[in-house]
Amino acid sequence: MYQYDNYDQAMVDARVAEFRDQVARRLEGKLTEEQFRPLRLMNGLYLQLHAYMLRVAVPYGTLSGKQMRMLGHIARKYDRGYGHFTTRQNIQYNWIKLSDAPDILADLASVEMHAIQTSGNCIRNISSDQYAGVAADEVADPRPWAELLRQWSSFHPEFSYLPRKFKIAVIASAQDRAAMRLHDIGLELVKKDGVIGARVFVGGGMGRTPIVAPEINAFITEDEIISYVEACLRVYNRYGRRDNKYKARIKILVHELGVEEYRRQVAEEFAHMKALGLNPPREELARIAAHFATPAYESGLSDDLDRSDPDFALWVDRNVTAHKQPGYAIANISLKPIGGIPGDASADQIELMADLAERYSLDELRVTHAQNIVLPYVKKADLYALWKELEANGLGEPNLDLVTDIIACPGLDYCSLANARSIPVAQKIASRFASNGRDAEIGELKLKISGCINACGHHHAGHIGILGVDRKGTENYQLLLGGSGAEDCSLGTITGPGFDENGIVDAVEKATDLYLRERTEGERFLDTYRRLGMAPFKEAIYG
Amino acid sequence: MADFITLRSDEATQEPVVTLESFAGQSNATAVRIEPGEDARLLLGQLDRISLVEVNFPAYTDGRGYSAAQILRESGYTGELRAVGDVLIDQLAYMRRCGFDSFKPNAPLDDADVEAAFARYPDVYQKTIDGRTPIWAKRHEDA
Repeated sequence: MYQYDNYDQAMVDARVAEFRDQVARRLEGKLTEEQFRPLRLMNGLYLQLHAYMLRVAVPYGTLSGKQMRMLGHIARKYDRGYGHFTTRQNIQYNWIKLSDAPDILADLASVEMHAIQTSGNCIRNISSDQYAGVAADEVADPRPWAELLRQWSSFHPEFSYLPRKFKIAVIASAQDRAAMRLHDIGLELVKKDGVIGARVFVGGGMGRTPIVAPEINAFITEDEIISYVEACLRVYNRYGRRDNKYKARIKILVHELGVEEYRRQVAEEFAHMKALGLNPPREELARIAAHFATPAYESGLSDDLDRSDPDFALWVDRNVTAHKQPGYAIANISLKPIGGIPGDASADQIELMADLAERYSLDELRVTHAQNIVLPYVKKADLYALWKELEANGLGEPNLDLVTDIIACPGLDYCSLANARSIPVAQKIASRFASNGRDAEIGELKLKISGCINACGHHHAGHIGILGVDRKGTENYQLLLGGSGAEDCSLGTITGPGFDENGIVDAVEKATDLYLRERTEGERFLDTYRRLGMAPFKEAIYG
Repeated sequence: MADFITLRSDEATQEPVVTLESFAGQSNATAVRIEPGEDARLLLGQLDRISLVEVNFPAYTDGRGYSAAQILRESGYTGELRAVGDVLIDQLAYMRRCGFDSFKPNAPLDDADVEAAFARYPDVYQKTIDGRTPIWAKRHEDA
């Protein structure tokens, strides 16, 4: 994985020194909260309902064991012993003291990490495929491009005061594991006539106006990605709406201009950009790519597994994914224990995962947008020993992609924007479906819960989505069906009137009961919904 | 405390500044002010006669002026480019990177803070019109 050189380290160290100075000025009263707010936001520090929340960037979701261990240390020393992995492959701490924040950033910098631009109206952490480098279907490892974009976007002088936040995803497979088309810019690396380039999608997003990003350019060569993205951003910075925060994302600009006109304006700006020499040379991409070189796999390993322990066999079937290298496997660690908080891990668990990565996964982990952890390089022969340790420490839940593997935002338990709680709903649904065994019977079902219209819990993209709203002072939950964040990207449709907390759990069960009755061989919930349409589901839920 | 900061060696332009709209009709005007919603490219045919462009930042959060500045510099403008309005310490370095070479903030800035802001970051990750060598280029010079 990527390692900082002296330049990268000096930039991050400078940021720590700058923020330490800003916090000191704030604590001494030289800066008002109003003046301090934009400064702390550029460093990922939010003021939430009960305390400060710090969001730490995990670039494209890739971490070393040492970095993961530091995340555990921060949870123990500065938080209440927990960290929360997010849908943007980052980690958040919910109980941070302002006076500790500079020390936390210094601790992060000591392991080549930071919280730069994890908040604010700037280019946020670049996200990617959690199986990058180990997926059999990729045209290239997307992470060198993601790292190139990370550096380009860090401290970008022209694009740090955009109309609104800006999220970029890079993938390199036809299978989309990163919800690429629900980003402000989605790049899909493709190969044309033996040359690598990118399909460029602009103007996707969730929030109150969900839009699947249209394709703006079918192929831009790898040497011109930076200048093309720069052109996309300049048009947005100049013409994106600033009169209404809810209409300020680039998706609204692209929608209002029309795809053709936006594409034309980008082309014009790009023609101008081309002459400016903004793209790093090939040698720079090669330098970065060398950090992501194929590891020294052992050859001649067996693909056999001893499946005599049925619990282990179940975990393998559910949580282990095929690796491109014979003898190896991709192991998913579910952070969705039944009745737990989706995405949460204790300091002990974080440190254990760091150890396991060092021992079993070539010292590397990934964070997924579904709020789980991946060990990407596990020898099949080690899977049983790995599983034993996970199992003993509350990390062995065999539920990847099941209805209990829920994405949920922090909701009203933590977030100052939320209208309703998300966590208790996730806990009730998981408990209901796990206790009656329906989770296993149903198979793949992506359920996503947001506690408000801002959609941090990706409810628009859930096969089943749940949106918490405030109805005359009480929490109310709307149900959506038919969304997907994958390559078959689609937005869910609201079924009808909302429900209270218990009612929404019943409604989900009625929808899945219908699916179980109606499904044909091999159909997932989403497929059955797409085949039958909304009407029978509505009838089952409200009839 | 400084209420005007310049990075230029020449005298600051004292000419009266006119709006972009009236600039086109006043052939003797040499100083013009751009508001956030205005298109800096409208000036491109007339850069030769301009000695000062003021770019207004009514609120620091409105970043359109950064693109206006870059466009003018990329198009060869070499006169004074002044950021005026809600210009705060923490925007100065980015403004300079986009080509601003003078600053007239609404509220005076502490001289030591200004100096620290310009000196804070040792290097830059992007190529802009300020001519600084980006990190990606330095890496391969060193090699």
